[in-house]
Amino acid sequence: MWKFIIRRVLLAIVIITFGSLICYGVMRVLPTSYMERVARQRSTMPGARPYTEILAQLNAHYHMDQPILFGFLRWGWNALRGQWGDSWFYAQSVTKKFADVIGYSIVLNVITLFLEMILCVPLGVLAARKQYSRTDYAVTIIALACISLPTFFLATILKFVFSIKLGWVDLYGVVGRYYEQMNAMGKFLDMAKHMVLPIVTLTFINLGGLMRFTRTNMLEALNADYIRTARAKGLPERRVINKHAFRNTLIPLVTYLSYLLPSLFGGSLITETLFQIPGIGYMSYQAIVGGDIPFTMFYLTFLTALTQVSLMAADVMYAVVDPRVRVS
Amino acid sequence: MTPINPNQRTAGAPPVQRLDDESRVKSLSPSMLVFKRFARNRLALIGTAILAVMFVFSFLGGLISPYTQSQTFYKSDIMWKEYASLSVNNEYRYTVAPGEELPAAARTQFILALNAGQSAYSAGGAGYSWSMLGGDFITIYKTSEAATALSLPGGYAITPKPGADFPKDAQDALIEALNANQTEFEHGNTRYIASRSGKSYSVSAAEEIAIASARVFDAFEPEFEPVTTDYGFRRAALDAIARGSAAFEYGGIGYTQSEDGDIVTIRDVSSGSPVEFAIVSRYIAQGFSPDIRVTVPFKYAILDAVREKAPYFAFPDADDPDREYQITTPKPDTYTIKRETVTQLYDTESRPNRAHWLGTDSNGMDMLTRLMYGGRISLMVGFAVVIIELLIGVAVGGVAGYFGGAIDLLLMRFIDLFNCIPSWPILIMMGAVMDTLEVDPYARIFLLMFVLGLLGWTGIARVVRGQILTLREQDFMIAAEATGIRVSARIFRHLVPNVMPLLIVQATMSLGGIIITEATLSFLGMGLKYPLASWGTIINAATNIYTMTNFWYLWIPAGMLILITVLGFNFVGDGLRDAFDPKMKR
Repeated sequence: MWKFIIRRVLLAIVIITFGSLICYGVMRVLPTSYMERVARQRSTMPGARPYTEILAQLNAHYHMDQPILFGFLRWGWNALRGQWGDSWFYAQSVTKKFADVIGYSIVLNVITLFLEMILCVPLGVLAARKQYSRTDYAVTIIALACISLPTFFLATILKFVFSIKLGWVDLYGVVGRYYEQMNAMGKFLDMAKHMVLPIVTLTFINLGGLMRFTRTNMLEALNADYIRTARAKGLPERRVINKHAFRNTLIPLVTYLSYLLPSLFGGSLITETLFQIPGIGYMSYQAIVGGDIPFTMFYLTFLTALTQVSLMAADVMYAVVDPRVRVS
Repeated sequence: MTPINPNQRTAGAPPVQRLDDESRVKSLSPSMLVFKRFARNRLALIGTAILAVMFVFSFLGGLISPYTQSQTFYKSDIMWKEYASLSVNNEYRYTVAPGEELPAAARTQFILALNAGQSAYSAGGAGYSWSMLGGDFITIYKTSEAATALSLPGGYAITPKPGADFPKDAQDALIEALNANQTEFEHGNTRYIASRSGKSYSVSAAEEIAIASARVFDAFEPEFEPVTTDYGFRRAALDAIARGSAAFEYGGIGYTQSEDGDIVTIRDVSSGSPVEFAIVSRYIAQGFSPDIRVTVPFKYAILDAVREKAPYFAFPDADDPDREYQITTPKPDTYTIKRETVTQLYDTESRPNRAHWLGTDSNGMDMLTRLMYGGRISLMVGFAVVIIELLIGVAVGGVAGYFGGAIDLLLMRFIDLFNCIPSWPILIMMGAVMDTLEVDPYARIFLLMFVLGLLGWTGIARVVRGQILTLREQDFMIAAEATGIRVSARIFRHLVPNVMPLLIVQATMSLGGIIITEATLSFLGMGLKYPLASWGTIINAATNIYTMTNFWYLWIPAGMLILITVLGFNFVGDGLRDAFDPKMKR
């Protein structure tokens, strides 16, 4: 077990290194850069020096004139020492910006995950119990419809109905116009109100996958021999389902949850952008579009590391939950 | 002895079948079995129907539609459009005598001299002077030095300039004027101006070259214009106005004038009854285009309306006896007269109607037609990306699975590496870069297909590898190896076809995802671009809150099409998986 974990960690380190190298390379070879934009802006100011001179100075200052590999090594060495640098776009420390915004994403995704579990697991189990019934078809159709629903379309429809037609919530943002004048309770409710549509959107988008996953695994468990044995023993159906079948369905479910780790902390880029929730997804979207290398690199490395951790967690969890599994 | 063939037909008798006859058991080919299982799945059939409709809609719809994807439509609307303008003139306007010239520098210097109260000034090496004959009537002279006079006790010593015509009697007139302390005098037809400096005077002859006045002449009829623009006529008329005389004569024709407020009307009295000839006023009326002639009665109508501060007034024209005009005041003393004109406009955002079943978009293009053409692009992008993914995925997965060992390990780590590249940030980066480089919309499609394909093949590679790992241990592969055929043939001829069912399922399921990805990118403005229609670029209109709020028909149909198409692909993919998977009994 420990040998496996150590090997997995070493592999993860290699992957994270190469992954961030690829990201760094991509950001560096882009034909336009943040430096060029700033230089162009400054060169148009009255009495400014020529564009090329400003660009050369900026590039030298930010070490952008060095070869990609060298620049990556410098970045990596600083990153290892915990110095992620200052964001160009937000003009503050990358880690501070991250700490400021990650809370929104976590709240959003934790609530979404909770809602998903509440909705998907019972529905998936129900569909599996009544395979090929009307209920099963309905659940399948709902699940496939959720998978087929483009995030932006659902978000726009929700905005159209609930913000524009009914006027219940605001179109964008995380706080209302009078947020500053409110007391603590009012502030909390105001923020909660703004989170409703993003959470509903995220829940619906992710509903389908989990629902079908639960159904498939429940079906597999129900077709197993031990269920027949349990039924043959004359156990009540509720006991068969809850104790024997569902507990075994939990094994793959726990693994599945590990895979959700990156989305839990990595933010949801599209949804946050659509609702302009200042979480890590929306902030990194703006940083990426703005060509902000320090922030983007931090975000991408963070995502890669998170993915690796989630994969490892899934393997380990699988072994922990199911004693039959022997990792080698 | 030959056995009796039980199936042998004897004439008239039914065929005899043995109990263990093979044809009693209906055997189906594996593909037929799959098809039957598929056809029994209602959802899969619905999905197939959806896809068929979508393909017909997208690929045949464009042919049936009477419009093209970038055809714009117009509508005519009645709008208040600028027709004429009226302003109060406060600037001097110059009328230059025939054969003379008043350069721009002289005009500018004139205004300066006028404001400074200097009667003589020079511009461009020439001397000028002016005299005000009335509040609004100034004559401008060009001066040339004629003589100098020196004041001596008991008299003046006058020295004519060489070459200048300054006869003896003019000298007498000069002395007379100087004695009377006058600086200007006239002799013959020439006006002389003496300017003093110390004891000497410089005398110059002044020749009238222009008149300046803030008043404007408007002829009643176009044929009077040669006269009303004539220097002599204007001088005579302005002179008469300045002096307040009721009549004057010019070119042998007598005129009378009468003042009505600030407008002077000049009538030609040469014939029996006076003919209204021209008006002189400080109001300039101009048409907004050269073909509009503002007649004097129309000008009176505007002035009346302006004085009454009426926002509208009526004035008959050739088509309409009650033609209405609107007066606006963009700035003080300037009035714009607008007239209702039929104008051609882009027929933008029109509601669904008989000609445009889903209305028109914000560029005035038919929405339904654009949805059809957009479907083509969206579906083709989906297929192209899947093909790219399949090509790379099958190649990498096939090689990894077949060879196993170190190659497998290497390729799988490579896939791990590829998998950890976050695709959304990369796609957004690419979109932003293509925006800055202003990549051609058509080139964008291909770049997008390529990048989407490059980012998505790992899933297929994993599936292929996993399947091949189990397949290569089976007997038919040992048989294939024993026949000694090439490795590539063994992989792609014998192994890959066995992975085909799984590939088809995988491809169908991922098609939906690709269509959503492309649409999301286009929605964010990072994918395909106008004027190319794709469902994503069409629904991009909803990013504009105004459009989203007011014109539901501009974005809901496109969104529904995406949703239904992806649903169709998922239904079919799901049905195919069930049909291919023998474990799932239905």
